[in-house]
Amino acid sequence: MQQQLRSQVLTSLSILIFFSLWQGLAFFIDSNTLPPPVTVAKVLWREIQTGQLPYHLGVTLLRLIISFSIAMILGCLIGIALGQHKQLNTFFDHWLIIFLNIPALVTIILCYVWFGLIEVAAILAVVINKVPNVVVTIREGSRALDQDLLEMAECYRFGKWKTFAHVIWPQLYPFVMAASRSGLALIWKIILVVELLGRSNGMGYQLHLFFQLFDVTSILAYTIAFVSIIQLIEWLILKPLDQKALRWRR
Amino acid sequence: MTDVKIKIEHKNFESPETGEAKEVIADLNITLKSGEFVCLAGPSGCGKTTLLNILSGLDKNFQGHIELGQSETKPSIGYVFQNPRLLPWRTVRENLELATKATPKFLDSLLATMKLTSEQQTYPEQLSLGMSRRVSIIRAFANDPDILLMDEPFVSLDPPTARQVRQLLIKLWTDRPHTVLFVTHDLREAITLADRLIFLSNSPMSVITEIPVSIPRDERQYEAQVESFRNKIFSDYPEIFGLL
Repeated sequence: MQQQLRSQVLTSLSILIFFSLWQGLAFFIDSNTLPPPVTVAKVLWREIQTGQLPYHLGVTLLRLIISFSIAMILGCLIGIALGQHKQLNTFFDHWLIIFLNIPALVTIILCYVWFGLIEVAAILAVVINKVPNVVVTIREGSRALDQDLLEMAECYRFGKWKTFAHVIWPQLYPFVMAASRSGLALIWKIILVVELLGRSNGMGYQLHLFFQLFDVTSILAYTIAFVSIIQLIEWLILKPLDQKALRWRR
Repeated sequence: MTDVKIKIEHKNFESPETGEAKEVIADLNITLKSGEFVCLAGPSGCGKTTLLNILSGLDKNFQGHIELGQSETKPSIGYVFQNPRLLPWRTVRENLELATKATPKFLDSLLATMKLTSEQQTYPEQLSLGMSRRVSIIRAFANDPDILLMDEPFVSLDPPTARQVRQLLIKLWTDRPHTVLFVTHDLREAITLADRLIFLSNSPMSVITEIPVSIPRDERQYEAQVESFRNKIFSDYPEIFGLL
């Protein structure tokens, strides 16, 4: 209990110092390029009230959910297959390295050139960027599957579905969580670029607009809103999932 | 239950490094009577675990014929591995329910016999090794198998715990007789448990001799009886002494 209190005090102190430093620096520089936190908070509130921020944030989050889900499902399936089949892995290993090293910007531009400035191209660009990262992580998990437990499942005739749900999935779970966390961080950064280059709504589009207007206050207000949402996803979804799945550990 | 007939002509093992094939089992013929408890004893690495993997269907790459139970249905097998192989993310009860089709009442009675009723909602990582081994024995018994395969299930247990689990195993087997093939290289353990001992040679593995254990079951708790039977085996079959 005391340790929990100490941890909460430390977290609060850390946030307080961060904002104090920001306030101090803004006061010292005294320029439109770095507005103080209070001014940013006022703009944030105004944007929420006008409905602009919730709209654009909602659009970006929808793109994030769709592309994240597709990338995770595809990445998991391919990763498991490559981890289990040596020859398949040898064949596709170079493809994977190529896709891992193509800059996100190139994929986005190519998708827009080939498919036009449409929603599908935007989602596809994000998915192509993310899938190789998921594949690499899940492939490692798939390679590390405990053969003893798989033999036990075969011997006791678990069948395919029961083996996947009760033997394979719990072993892959930490790798899926790692891929989800890094995926979320990577995807939202890519989505902003995708929106900046070829969409007429979303956070990326708005940030581009504010950049043209040199409106740093709005840029910071939108950034705070977005980072807060990602943090909420971590607290409300990812952490409880982690705790639930690892409750069996000593 | 019917007799179990094992006939393995050849079983080769291919070295993953060199690719060379080595014969590990040759001309092995064993018959187990229904409800018989047979202990296989042989030197380390002679292929005992390979034999159990063949019988359990995990290893299909061999020449020969295995007859377990009725031919029209796929035989049911209970396998107690060297390590318990319990799913660490499922409780004791869930582990048993996943691996068996036993009724809740039957599982309750097995848990009670093995003195694990109060541990059924516990995760395997919170159990001692002895307890985990008992859970794996219940799992093997719960499906009412045609044959029970046990691969040195009491290895690395301290002697008092091993003795206690052995007694519980015998109680379970006496209540519900099954054909058991029990691998060990502890001759005292084999004499305590088995109706018959089968001694195996080093690779390629084949049967050296078979010895029925003549000590009545209720007298096997006395160490002197077991010890004298062991000494008799060594004096009658001196070649076994070097094997174990």
